[in-house]
Amino acid sequence: MLIKKPSDIKGSEITDKEIYLNRRRFLIETSAAAAAVATGFVFPGYLGDSGEAHAGTKLDGVHKSPLSTDEKKTPFKDITNYNNFYEFGTDKYSPAKNAKSLITRPWTVAVEGEISRPKVYDVDELIKISPLEERIYRLRCVEGWSMVIPWVGFPLNALIRRVEPNSKAKYVAFTTLHDPKQMLGQRRGVLDWPYVEGLRMDEAMNPLTILAVGLYGEILPNQNGAPIRLVVPWKYGFKSIKSIVRIRFVEKQPPTAWEKAAPNEYGFYSNVNPEVDHPRWSQARERRIGEFWKRKTLMFNGYADHVAHLYKGMNLKTHF
Amino acid sequence: MKNFTWIKVIVFLLCLIPLGLLGWNAFTSSLGANPIEVITRSTGKWTLVFLLITLSVSPLRKISRWQWLIKFRRMLGLFAFFYVCLHFTTYIWLDQFFDLMAISKDVIKRPFITVGFSSFVLLIPLALTSNRAMIKRLGGRRWQNLHRLIYLSAIGGVVHFLWLVKADLQRPLIYGAVLMLLLGFRIAVWTRLTQVVKFFNKPRTTNLRSGLWATALRGRPEHSPRSNRAG
Repeated sequence: MLIKKPSDIKGSEITDKEIYLNRRRFLIETSAAAAAVATGFVFPGYLGDSGEAHAGTKLDGVHKSPLSTDEKKTPFKDITNYNNFYEFGTDKYSPAKNAKSLITRPWTVAVEGEISRPKVYDVDELIKISPLEERIYRLRCVEGWSMVIPWVGFPLNALIRRVEPNSKAKYVAFTTLHDPKQMLGQRRGVLDWPYVEGLRMDEAMNPLTILAVGLYGEILPNQNGAPIRLVVPWKYGFKSIKSIVRIRFVEKQPPTAWEKAAPNEYGFYSNVNPEVDHPRWSQARERRIGEFWKRKTLMFNGYADHVAHLYKGMNLKTHF
Repeated sequence: MKNFTWIKVIVFLLCLIPLGLLGWNAFTSSLGANPIEVITRSTGKWTLVFLLITLSVSPLRKISRWQWLIKFRRMLGLFAFFYVCLHFTTYIWLDQFFDLMAISKDVIKRPFITVGFSSFVLLIPLALTSNRAMIKRLGGRRWQNLHRLIYLSAIGGVVHFLWLVKADLQRPLIYGAVLMLLLGFRIAVWTRLTQVVKFFNKPRTTNLRSGLWATALRGRPEHSPRSNRAG
């Protein structure tokens, strides 16, 4: 009788747990979908295998990333209670209270514009286009505070490659949900709703730029921009638009919400830059949440090695 | 009126509640993710609130005819000064940690800090001359003129708040509206006063009623230190 010793099975032959789980997931989902088609019955808010896509649900199969920082992470409590998300009130502590009213499933994201494969994605489908990674990034708010946040997401460039932009696609424009019923902050004209943001194509393609769907290994809490948000770690926080419903590829530089509100204070680029002050306050230093002493703000929020080349030859004082 | 001492003690303690709450929240670590911001915002807010309460004493007194309200004005004004000192200390100590270079740059370069700082400085002579000896030394008229600086300081305080916010102007505009109401009342009274003067200088043919109304509105001479002393 031949009993193979474990060493006889090469590591590469062992099916990765992730893959077999994915296979299983695929089977369950396709059969469920087939059943739905066959019976003409559509599961209301069918959520995939994870059961319920609520904040706090653990995300499976999240890979680590070499792009993560090893700095001390800001506590979950602070990341989820100290938010700038004007759709849920202008006070830092309001979004945590008010964002419960946001319904994040079902949720669709329209990907459109100068691309050959436009499509309205269900968010659960979008999440699966690329393996999820943990990206521990610094976040620097334009107001002068910062955090270290363990996002879960995937590179935006994975989506961009899939939808095949044409030569006219020079910029990517993002739009947040506009629904004053769910977003009570939109009942007041603090900003020109819906919130809009934009990136230049090369910025959008940069490996650092991600679409985040989770935080601390779990599904993103509503106040942090659920179900899907942008994270651009070398730019001030407001560039990282939350609760995205539309991603549009365009030829001309798109307007951004804060640029529309105060063009002399918030530019299209809004790269973290300690040498270019906000007209009303200095950007040279920042207070890391949880720390007493202010620390020096780093050029491009410490990501200069990854992104400085994107702005070569540009005057960052005028293109702030 | 009777002895006000115990009422004054109660008002004094009430005025300390904002500080007490701040202290309690600091003690129980419930100041949130950014405690220094909360302390700065809170002390700033209470400075504005006490400035507005102080400025509402005279109008309230005129409307209600409760002359005794004046007894609380000095205390309320000093509490505005107390909270602005805490606000300023928070900025100098907790926020900038005595980085004099950064502070002086801020004061010169940042309009909202320039205005806020000026408003704070304007309140210093008022606090210093708030005791009876100083009122006597300066003389009622001069003391009163000096203490009109509170109008400038309050306007500066609201502008400081207005220039600081990013997009949501609601709260600073509420403070601004209340301040306009309070200053508007004074302007109305002053214009009435000039009308009264005209009324008495003119031959008695004009409408008597408007003149009487103005006199009623005027009440006792405003800001007179004498009314401070008279029981």
